[in-house]
Amino acid sequence: MRVTVRLFARLRDLAGSGELVREVPGPATVASVWKGLVAEMPALGAYERTMSVAVNADYSRMTAPVSDGDEVAFLPPVSGG
Amino acid sequence: MVPPVAVTPDPLDLPALTAEISGRRSGDGAVTSFVGLVREQNQGRRVSFLEYEAYEPLAVRALNRILDEARESWPDVRLGVHHRTGRVELGEASIIIVAASPHRAHAFAACRYTLERVKQIVPIWKHEHFEGGDVWLEGATADPDDEAARQTAHRIACA
Repeated sequence: MRVTVRLFARLRDLAGSGELVREVPGPATVASVWKGLVAEMPALGAYERTMSVAVNADYSRMTAPVSDGDEVAFLPPVSGG
Repeated sequence: MVPPVAVTPDPLDLPALTAEISGRRSGDGAVTSFVGLVREQNQGRRVSFLEYEAYEPLAVRALNRILDEARESWPDVRLGVHHRTGRVELGEASIIIVAASPHRAHAFAACRYTLERVKQIVPIWKHEHFEGGDVWLEGATADPDDEAARQTAHRIACA
């Protein structure tokens, strides 16, 4: 299946892009999408303990299932205001 | 028509948001507003400007969630919150919040609560450009279901 990965702030800088399209084997979860990404770009791995995740622009969890066409976002700690 | 929630690259307009939230309602006894500004000094660095990045659809959703939370605690308060994105210069507003209520205590508390929750759960990031470099600021791990964080924001709001 195909998912769109969104990365923000320093995660985006580390990856060199804020939007990536990736083929992932099903059944997929947010965690399996993340694992594939870190295998490709090990520098991202340091964020695993502090980041939040979202599926289709709604906060989610690493264990959540991911479907074909979903947008999966990885979010560093936030600093708005 | 000014929406109560906005994430926008345009300069923020406090009078317009205030008019939208509080305009001529005879039941109001108080309107409070908060304006967050880009400051020249941060952690010993001389800031040149900030660049705000947002995951816009989720940021709008998170801001609406915060307003819902605030309404649970202070049902008589009406609220608006706008956050800027993109490059923001020193002295410019990065966030504005307006709260209107029959009672000043509720307006103050809801305004402060909204700000504290923005810093906890809204997917917006500051990229600080300073003399000699730049750095992404990273604050809270966003988790809207973290009840302890919500209670902390509530406690600060009512202090």
